[in-house]
Amino acid sequence: MRKPSIGRDALVAVALLALLAALPMIFPAKSFADFVMRASAFAIFATSLNLLVGYAGMVSFGHGLFFGLGAYSFALLMQKLGTSIPVAFALTVFINALVAAIIGAICVPLKEIYFSFLTLAFQMLLYSLIIAWTAITGGDQGLTGGVPRPPFLGVHLDDPHHLYLFCCTTLVVSLFLMWHLVQSPFGYTLRMIRDNPRRASFLGIQVWRIRVLAFIVAGVFGGIGGVLISLFVSSAYPDFAYWTVSGEAVFMIMLGGVSVFFGPLVGAALLLLLNDLITRVTEHYSLVLGVVILVFALGLRKGLVGFVMQAWRKYAPAAPGPGKNPGTQGRH
Amino acid sequence: MDLQAMLACFASASCLVTQTTGGLISGMLLFLVAAGLSLIFGTLKVINFMHGSLYMLGAYFAFTIYNVTGSYALAVLGAALGVGLFGLVFERLFMSRVYGTDVLMQLLVCYSFILILDDAVKIIWGAEFRSMGMPAAFQRPPIMVAGGVLPVFYLFLIGITVLVALVLGFLITRTRIGKIVRAAAVNPTMASALGINTTMVYAGVFALGSLLAGLAGALAVPVRSLVAGMGFSILIESFIVTVIGGMGSVAGALVGALLIGLVRSFGSIGFPLFTEGIMFLFMTLILITKPTGLFGKEL
Repeated sequence: MRKPSIGRDALVAVALLALLAALPMIFPAKSFADFVMRASAFAIFATSLNLLVGYAGMVSFGHGLFFGLGAYSFALLMQKLGTSIPVAFALTVFINALVAAIIGAICVPLKEIYFSFLTLAFQMLLYSLIIAWTAITGGDQGLTGGVPRPPFLGVHLDDPHHLYLFCCTTLVVSLFLMWHLVQSPFGYTLRMIRDNPRRASFLGIQVWRIRVLAFIVAGVFGGIGGVLISLFVSSAYPDFAYWTVSGEAVFMIMLGGVSVFFGPLVGAALLLLLNDLITRVTEHYSLVLGVVILVFALGLRKGLVGFVMQAWRKYAPAAPGPGKNPGTQGRH
Repeated sequence: MDLQAMLACFASASCLVTQTTGGLISGMLLFLVAAGLSLIFGTLKVINFMHGSLYMLGAYFAFTIYNVTGSYALAVLGAALGVGLFGLVFERLFMSRVYGTDVLMQLLVCYSFILILDDAVKIIWGAEFRSMGMPAAFQRPPIMVAGGVLPVFYLFLIGITVLVALVLGFLITRTRIGKIVRAAAVNPTMASALGINTTMVYAGVFALGSLLAGLAGALAVPVRSLVAGMGFSILIESFIVTVIGGMGSVAGALVGALLIGLVRSFGSIGFPLFTEGIMFLFMTLILITKPTGLFGKEL
């Protein structure tokens, strides 16, 4: 097992950030920057779902709840209360953690498919709340009036270039934090619980508590993805909380592969590219996407990154990933 | 929130009758969908996430058959059988390939079909809301009970669903076929070692579950409007019903569906904006007091 080193990983993170920051000089088109911003929102979101699915074996079908909740909390805090961006960001994190704690406490004791069900059901509860509570949320029209982006600490998010850098920084910092989380004893505890919850509890681990904690962490990062998307579109729409967001996130992590930490990142970028491609070619967007997903699900099961990594592992020593047997909780 | 309106309704017999019958028919439709979902899960151990789309297909099939032939009986029959057949083909060609794999793969296969069917419905029947109206046979003045309105069609719908529930219950608990299905559900390996063709049992159960969803869709056409994507909310409600009633139990599905139907119907008076919330509150309460659901044996 490779020893995790914060210093080296931080260096990699800074290098990655520098690379992302330099990219617009090579690709100056506005559509490129837009793509990276959208992709960073969905990459954080998908990676946070993979914390649950790939590492903890908790198959949530309602993770879009936190994406929508993050987007709406942040946008409403900015719009109605006029707080500064860091304050709204922190409050959104807090709100997501709180909601995740409550829903997690209700859902986590349920096993396998019941857990998946209930998370999805709770997501649809948020969705119907957003639709019904027109006075606050604007109903099915979404929030109107835009999200104000006042400058803070010399950062002007109204400037597209600053917004671009902000999104990239949030992406890299979030991925860095999640990466360290899965390399920490907590991350390995999650894997142990995924593979054998009974054994973990014999060893004195409070399985329930760890799972709720994982749910909270995933909820918080899912919410941060929502914050980025609401900053990017300068609004919040009920679609962000619709079940299709969860469905897409599941497809993203399956596309990239659940057994590799960066799989969801690749999956998110690929699905967004695919989206753009399909909408450009045809108006029957869901039909084509459905066929693509079907072909993928019946054909290529390991995910693209998993496929590449498998080939790679033949020549390189084992790297710490979530390991095999993802997406299934241990039998009870 | 309008508690006063709700109390006033409880005090008035006519409102009570109207809301109760309204709740009963939503509950009955919900039961048909949830029973199929629960049956499929109980036997095949897979969640059919596109069950709501089957309900939608049933509705559109019935809509078209009625418009072509003018016979509602034919429409119901044709829609139920058509969707049953569709379910069978779907199970054989696609779903059976992902049995025993990751639940995420099953989700993806169903997800792709939800997307495909929603778009297909938009292409064939158009994206706008459609409604069929009451079939000619049921266009007669409603029966008045204690000042409350009771449309004749409601009686028909409730009657048919009760009949289906009885037949289904009898089929599963009292017949040889039911015994085979239960055996395949409890221990498929043993069942197939004893000469039961589990592949056929699976296909049959999936087709039966689909048929029930199609039937529900066809029965819903006169009282609901049709739109692509209409299946998803009933899917979510069916989940809630199966969680409340206990997965794999037909009796649980019936009780859960009626409870949810009534909660919705009365909740819409007292808390018009938060009807769904009431359902969830209700479900959470049941989960906390009895985590296996009312009729579930083991979670």
